Amino acid sequence: MDYFLELFLGGLTRGSIYALIALGYTMVYGIIELINFAHGEIYMIGAFTALIVISVLTLMGMNTIAILVIAGVVAVIYSSAYGYTVEKIAYKPLRNAPRLSALISAIGMSLFLQNYVRLAQTPNFLSFPNLIPDFEFIKPYAHIIGSTEIVILITTAVVMVLLTILIKFTNTGKAMRATSQDKTMAMLVGINVNRIISITFVAGSATAAIGGVLIASHIGMINFYIGFMVGIKAFVAAVLGGIGSIPGAVLGGFILGWTESFATGYVSSDYEDVFAFLFLVLILIFRPAGILGRSGKHEI
Amino acid sequence: MECALKVQNLSMDFGGLRALDDLDLDVGRNEIVALIGPNGAGKTTFFNCITGIYPPTEGDVLISARGKDRLERINGIKPNKVTEKGLARTFQNIRLFPNMTVLENVMIGRHCRMHAGILGAVLRGPSTTREEKEAVKDSYAILEKIGLAQFVNEFAKNLSYGAQRRLEIARAMATEPFLLLLDEPAAGMNPNETRELDELIKQIRDKEGISILLIEHDMKLVMSMSDRIFVVDYGRKIAQGTPNEIRNNPVVIKAYLGEEADA
Amino acid sequence: MIKLNEIKRAFLVSAWFIFLTFPIMVIRINPVEHIVEWRWKNMALVGIGSFFLSFVWNYLMKQKEPGFKKTETAEKTDTIPPLPPARRIQREKRIYIPALVAIGTLTIVFPFIFSMYQTNIMVSALIYIMLGLGLNIVVGLAGLLDLGYVAFYAVGAYAYALLNYHFGISFWMALPIGGVLGAVFGILLGFPVLRLRGDYLAIVTLGFGEIIHIILQNWNEFSFGPSGIANIPRPSLFGIDLSVHSSTIYIYYIMIGLCIVTIFVVNRLQNSRIGRAWVALREDELACQAMGIDKAKTKLTAFALGATLASMAGVVFAAKTTFVNPASFTIWESIIILCIVVMGGMGSIIGVIAGALVLILTPEYLRAFSEYRMLAFGTMLVVMMIFRPGGFIPDVRRIYKFEGVKSMDKS
Repeated sequence: MDYFLELFLGGLTRGSIYALIALGYTMVYGIIELINFAHGEIYMIGAFTALIVISVLTLMGMNTIAILVIAGVVAVIYSSAYGYTVEKIAYKPLRNAPRLSALISAIGMSLFLQNYVRLAQTPNFLSFPNLIPDFEFIKPYAHIIGSTEIVILITTAVVMVLLTILIKFTNTGKAMRATSQDKTMAMLVGINVNRIISITFVAGSATAAIGGVLIASHIGMINFYIGFMVGIKAFVAAVLGGIGSIPGAVLGGFILGWTESFATGYVSSDYEDVFAFLFLVLILIFRPAGILGRSGKHEI
Repeated sequence: MECALKVQNLSMDFGGLRALDDLDLDVGRNEIVALIGPNGAGKTTFFNCITGIYPPTEGDVLISARGKDRLERINGIKPNKVTEKGLARTFQNIRLFPNMTVLENVMIGRHCRMHAGILGAVLRGPSTTREEKEAVKDSYAILEKIGLAQFVNEFAKNLSYGAQRRLEIARAMATEPFLLLLDEPAAGMNPNETRELDELIKQIRDKEGISILLIEHDMKLVMSMSDRIFVVDYGRKIAQGTPNEIRNNPVVIKAYLGEEADA
Repeated sequence: MIKLNEIKRAFLVSAWFIFLTFPIMVIRINPVEHIVEWRWKNMALVGIGSFFLSFVWNYLMKQKEPGFKKTETAEKTDTIPPLPPARRIQREKRIYIPALVAIGTLTIVFPFIFSMYQTNIMVSALIYIMLGLGLNIVVGLAGLLDLGYVAFYAVGAYAYALLNYHFGISFWMALPIGGVLGAVFGILLGFPVLRLRGDYLAIVTLGFGEIIHIILQNWNEFSFGPSGIANIPRPSLFGIDLSVHSSTIYIYYIMIGLCIVTIFVVNRLQNSRIGRAWVALREDELACQAMGIDKAKTKLTAFALGATLASMAGVVFAAKTTFVNPASFTIWESIIILCIVVMGGMGSIIGVIAGALVLILTPEYLRAFSEYRMLAFGTMLVVMMIFRPGGFIPDVRRIYKFEGVKSMDKS
């Protein structure tokens, strides 16, 4: 039973990370109908920035909690800045181009960012210090769940709520929803569509950065390549839950996280990465709109 | 009268929304029939149901190709099969192949009347060569009829709006239809172009013997060329008859022309 | 003329990029010795670089704009003079034929004037030409973004390796078997993705590619896992085993032959009933169906044919390296092939050939460049899509002449 619980919570943690990154995909896809392939790299850059800040501040001998907070904030700022810049360079000029062009551009951006970090930093794995303190109250359950997991779960919940508030209850959120429905109409009623798209990228990137810092603390290792697989899996989570839907992204993340966790725990870890793709194929064949998505009829 | 298309009790639901409700319609051989109604009345959905893009929720679509006296049920079959059976359509918002030449666009229409497979195309035997030559010749002949011959090698995207609409008709004609479905062929055309279009459609009927069902908002065009008119509103048929009958039908005036007169 | 506000803009761009790249470019941590390295030189480089690139970017953007306007006005005028195509092609042909002869001669004598090392590199390039032409059918003509293309390459390579290991099947037997297997896999992959549109298709095919990679990596009993299969025989000439040197030359000619056949096939298909259907499918799926084209069949033929070519290239690859393992068949291989197609020009045969030669040979000969290869490829994909989506040698649609037809009509 303990083992089951461990796997369950492990899956939940893993799923939370997928969810945090899936939120960015889902928001971007909802608004410009583009798989932002570079999103995984934004998350990787978040993790790298955090590691760099942590290393510098540790040498300066700062308090760990302060380091963690500063690193988190800097990572969020930088990831957002990268997300914003990526959109301006690689996607904005292609807004009226065929979708294939934007998609290829996104793949190029992903490739560029990976290799930019590889060349400017290192191709090797770097160890990422876990600065999250061990909570006293968790000690008795340490064999099932650690403090890092607790922090991940709570953070995911908070971010989810904040994003939902942003989208459901603010004017910006209303403008986002309008833009995703119909860009031209949104423009006609006076919404600055370019600005809304930028905000979407910034919000998605910030969320990804939080995910990046958390997963790096959890796993304890990063390199330039971590964004790719996680990015694709997060995208699968977004599709699974129903692209464009925020609760869907979280649900999709959890489902994927649990599947991987249980399959690895009870069967074998060899084929861990296969599930995401099997899910993707199955969901796209049987329910292309995802679990929580609504199927729209296409325009003719 | 001999029947080319007969639609019976056609209904179409999208989720909980009933877009078409128990529609009956028929098009006779060599007839020009217009389908009119306010925006959102379900006219394009009707076309999509007939041409196999949506399978209708209820009802039957029956066709009878030239020379056949039996009606054939075609609902639920794929769009390309519908075209093979002799129904061709144009689209409300032009859907040409922008980066192909005008001629190639028309040749795509010939596709379902040609046979070359991969092997044939690679080996290019005598039958393939002949077929290809004929396709080029036939397509060019259609372009001449439609009046686009001077643009053969131009990319479709570089044509004027009116010419693009005509090219859509040419492409549809290349599939050798017995019934042509035109979705707002005059939309966005100037009066001059509309007059030419009027001529063209009548010619297609008279010279090629193709029946025509069209959706159109230009009332002058509709009244001048249609043999019969069907009026739909909210997915239901509210009237049918000759242009004169429709012009004086109070229900139609209320539901449709009244609105149109204001606009 | 450079205006003042452009300079101001460039300064802002430069400042923004200095900020953006600061942690990654300037600071480097050394986790072993716990020291932080500050590389201020990089900051200066980024600043200056982005300052000038900002001008280039603006200039290119402006170039793009008038071009865009030109097509817009063309759309409005009804009187476009028909192109003088015949003249253009003739003019091209005058350069075309001697160039073809020169290239042909060079191709034939290549292995005798260059070293074995060079010949080997050339064989790689030729394999990529074949892969590029295959992917070109799928992406360039049919418009289906397949990011798992490398899977079919792997199918061919492993087909030869395993068939040879278990049953001693020779290269010449494996080549057609590989081709057929490739087609089968292409159709198997094609079926479930038939109804998917562009971006979903991309991610699902990427998934398929990864699944095949993971299976090869982990299913030891079947594929011998990460250690791969060694001692795959090189092709023999009429049953005679050749020395390494002569077999390299032999493979070179086999590859030349395969490339010529591929070019011939793709060229014939491009302007056939099938090829037109592919392009129409790329242009507008729905209109394509409404014109009587069977979408499923058209997509599947594109997938199957592309896969066949990749698989046959895979067989040659296995014979060339005499060793296969999963590391040769990663997603990045698919992306390199995509780069070849995009850079050369989607749909254009000459473009793909040029793309493969440039992208594969440059990093081989400029070793210094090879480290930056993937960075450059990424940049290239973005820049090409924005400024030259048609590639460097764009696809030209066939021009038909009609004097004959006209007179026929009159008679």
